Amino acid sequence: MNPHPEDEVLRRQRERARLMAWLLGAFVVLLFLITVAKIGLNK
Amino acid sequence: MTPSIAQPVLPADWRDLVALTKPRVMSLVVFTGLCGLLAAPVQLPPVLAFTAILCIALGAGAAGALNQWYEADLDAKMRRTANRPLPARRMDRQTALHFGVGLGAFSVVLMDLATNHLAALLLAISILFYVLIYTVWLKRRTAQNIVIGGAAGAFPPLIGWVAATGQVDLMPTLLFAIIFLWTPPHFWALSLFVRSDYANANVPMLPVVAGIQNTRLQILLYSITVAVAGIAPYALGLTGLVYGASAVVLNAVFLFLAVAVFANRAEEVSGMKPERRLFAFSILYLFALFSAVVIDHWVIA
Repeated sequence: MNPHPEDEVLRRQRERARLMAWLLGAFVVLLFLITVAKIGLNK
Repeated sequence: MTPSIAQPVLPADWRDLVALTKPRVMSLVVFTGLCGLLAAPVQLPPVLAFTAILCIALGAGAAGALNQWYEADLDAKMRRTANRPLPARRMDRQTALHFGVGLGAFSVVLMDLATNHLAALLLAISILFYVLIYTVWLKRRTAQNIVIGGAAGAFPPLIGWVAATGQVDLMPTLLFAIIFLWTPPHFWALSLFVRSDYANANVPMLPVVAGIQNTRLQILLYSITVAVAGIAPYALGLTGLVYGASAVVLNAVFLFLAVAVFANRAEEVSGMKPERRLFAFSILYLFALFSAVVIDHWVIA
């Protein structure tokens, strides 16, 4: 058991925030690529 | 409604959020969805095809998360599921609910954006079917839970196909039928050797309600229907010889193992080797049969 639970809370929050940032970045890239592909389909 | 359990203080670990999506079940869902998409007569641009499969995976993950949110009390009573994030108290229920609803809505919106309305609608129906019809309505009420609920797992190849073509055809309907009919013998084989778990949790699975021998008979009868559905795409001229030969061999083995289950008279779990063999083979069967659909399509093309 962690003697400082607040450290563990912060660690998990940081980990999740970092993962969320990566996922959001990937989502933006994916949206861009979908847009390009859709434009290509409509040509 | 699930009784409240002591809520953990720590925020959920991201690994537990991943575990909430039932990644192992998702692999079969993704694979059959991919096969539906690859077997379609229309080819999507790679990025749209990737997004369609991603959405099917996320939708399945959302359904799995909402299933675990609703069934936390059942999962706590079964050895097989007691270590899941909610019954093991590594996550609070509200996080699971928010995660499941958010992921489900996101997958449907993204599917609509990347492919078409019909694929998004089918994805939404499959998520709602699994959560509302199977999890909430059927699972605790009837021994037919798996029979009707199996439709939820049968949607992915249909969604994959519709994502590519924009319409429902006979071939993806048959792929839907194969998984729909395959689900009962697959789960009943499993439920035979973990039936004490289901009995302890008061889940009316067929072996608990109708007895072991009756379940074995039902497994055999459903395996015959699986064989008919499995060979139908070739018999109806929708596939070529590669699929036809694969379907005959795979269904012959499936039926042989189902007969072995039917002939088994063991009541103890230790004597249920035929059931374990059928369960293991049924997973291989689905992977192999759907691979044959795609390979056959490529050979014909």
